[in-house]
Amino acid sequence: MSHDLGALFDPKGVIITGVSNHPGKFGFVTLHNLIASGYQGEIFPVGREPGEVLGRSVLGSIDEVPDGAADMVFICTPQAVNEELLRAAAARGVRAAFFAAAGYREAGPEGVEAERRLVALADELGVALAGPNGQGVVSTPSQMCAQIVAPYAPAGRIAVASQSGNFVSSFLNLAHHTGVGVSRAVAAGNAAALGIADYVEWFADDPETDVCLVYMESVDDGREMFERLRAVAERKPVVVVKGGASDAGARAAASHTGALASDDAVFDGMCRQAGLIRARDVEEGFEAAATLATQPLPQGNRVVVVTTVGGWGVAAVDAMADTRLTAVALPDDLYAAIDEKLPPRWSKNNPIDMAGGETRDTVPEILELAAAHPDVDGVLFLGLGIQSNTASMLREGGFYPDHGLERIVGFHERQDARYAEAAAEIAARTGTPVLIATELANARPDNAGPAAVRAAGRMCHASAGRAIRSLDLMARYANWRRARGL
Amino acid sequence: MSITLSEAESRRVVAGHGVPVSPFVTGTSTDEVIAAVATDDTVAYPVVAKLCGRAIAHKTERGLVRLRLGDEDALRQACDDLLAAARPDDGDVEVLVSTMVDGNRELIAGLNDDPQFGLTIMVGVGGILAEAIRDVTFRLVPISEVDAAEMIDDLGTQRLLDEFRGEPAVDRAALIEALVALAAVGEQEAGVRSIDLNPLIIVEGKPVAVDALVELDEAAAEVSR
Repeated sequence: MSHDLGALFDPKGVIITGVSNHPGKFGFVTLHNLIASGYQGEIFPVGREPGEVLGRSVLGSIDEVPDGAADMVFICTPQAVNEELLRAAAARGVRAAFFAAAGYREAGPEGVEAERRLVALADELGVALAGPNGQGVVSTPSQMCAQIVAPYAPAGRIAVASQSGNFVSSFLNLAHHTGVGVSRAVAAGNAAALGIADYVEWFADDPETDVCLVYMESVDDGREMFERLRAVAERKPVVVVKGGASDAGARAAASHTGALASDDAVFDGMCRQAGLIRARDVEEGFEAAATLATQPLPQGNRVVVVTTVGGWGVAAVDAMADTRLTAVALPDDLYAAIDEKLPPRWSKNNPIDMAGGETRDTVPEILELAAAHPDVDGVLFLGLGIQSNTASMLREGGFYPDHGLERIVGFHERQDARYAEAAAEIAARTGTPVLIATELANARPDNAGPAAVRAAGRMCHASAGRAIRSLDLMARYANWRRARGL
Repeated sequence: MSITLSEAESRRVVAGHGVPVSPFVTGTSTDEVIAAVATDDTVAYPVVAKLCGRAIAHKTERGLVRLRLGDEDALRQACDDLLAAARPDDGDVEVLVSTMVDGNRELIAGLNDDPQFGLTIMVGVGGILAEAIRDVTFRLVPISEVDAAEMIDDLGTQRLLDEFRGEPAVDRAALIEALVALAAVGEQEAGVRSIDLNPLIIVEGKPVAVDALVELDEAAAEVSR
């Protein structure tokens, strides 16, 4: 059964415990982050010392919160007082509690007992219990950054659930960097009551979320998790990054099968069976999620690579060797149509190397021809930003804007922006993903090319290999769905 | 505690669910074995004869496997030798005779009770080389035919599944059927802890297990006897 986590992710009001004037304390930082992110609900700081913090009056007790004005409590206080605080919060109408507080299971046998009591109490009070020992919860639809650390992130369609707070930060940082934002993010902490599967099930019903992104290390009830995540994967893509994936070791097993059953091999098989999109590391996981959130799903494995010049296309095809993707031989009609648009020196092959022969409209036209072709399931465009890179040197070289530089710089930058916009528009219209890769995404993110990709709400991959990997993971998920009639 | 069934018992268990095993008969005396081979029209010379029993773990190391027996005389001699080689602590033993099957490609398949995920099914490349090659893929039991097909697709050594040294490509439908049948053993037999089908030889494109070992919970093993 899916828990109702509406009060956790979209609370109408938040109580924060442990608030003081010390800017190093978790209560202070959480209050700061909540205000700074623009949270519009009511905020009720509660602390031992009366007065004001960050311009908000601090209540001496949760009992002073008006009845029903807050439905979430964020707990930053020491373990010993928290059961009492949870009772008081529930009495004011709180339905969800995020426990950043530590001192539970991670703290030894007494903590284990305290955690057991906490779970029982939350059950009795009917409060959804997140944490303890967790970093916090982020929800962009509610402009809410309820976290004991940074960062907040731009709004988007990716929901994150992580067994590690650090990795929530990693994903949010990557959201900043790429501009592809998140809807929700939660650190499960000790996951005393709510675990990864509970959050992901809620995301499956969440209209603000298109893709779930999970970081996990341990699996308690593997069989149950498998069933629950598979049910979610049938509805929305679930990208999984697994920590501790190296073979932990020697399982004493009499059989060959047992000897070959490393934890990771079994986990990997489970993911494939459940339709979970398993990524090798944090970057790959985020990029797969970002691509899924912003591109249509490919219908198959056939890819066309379009390059303006040079050897990047070769690297892209090389990257496909490790995947299920294939650089499809150009169908005759597509070949003929492209041949009409390009001078004779084009590559006559996939990758389509335009060999610098493009005129003003060629890039959008070739992308359109490739993406619209029924035998093409995905397009990768390489070479975005070259013109703007030239333009930036012309801008900065000491001769701008004279000698005709202003006009050509403007032209180059408009062209790159146009290519990025065309790629987004063509993908949306044809239903074929059109990915873009250039190292300028990292090297010069202000370049008009990557900047326009970002403005279109899309992921600009930093290399062809990384774009291919994202496309491969998408295609695998699409194949999993298709094989099951989904 | 668990008990490993003899090869003959293991073969009967898996074959009962449709897992393809090489044709075989068994007997506890030479005459019984010879009569069984004579009356069974699936077992054909040349044959392999093995002494098997629950307590016999390492047949090959103890010289309890005789290969390529071309006629009844050779089989009779082998049965006499094998039965004479039985030790008192081997417990109940019988001679298993099966058609010698040949193929250039060997796979491995099995079930394993995983501490995190429960019963899992595996298919891999390699037979005796499986642990060196480690080209294996797992799923949780039960599996659908789609799952089984994807397991096969997951193997890295796809070229080994295509036409190979004059042999036809692996019949994927037959391999899928074998994996689904193997998973059914785990679902339908009580107390299965592990199964090894090693090797699973590809004969004219189709997988055939020429050895099988089933490990059961002790309680379940008593019932199956």
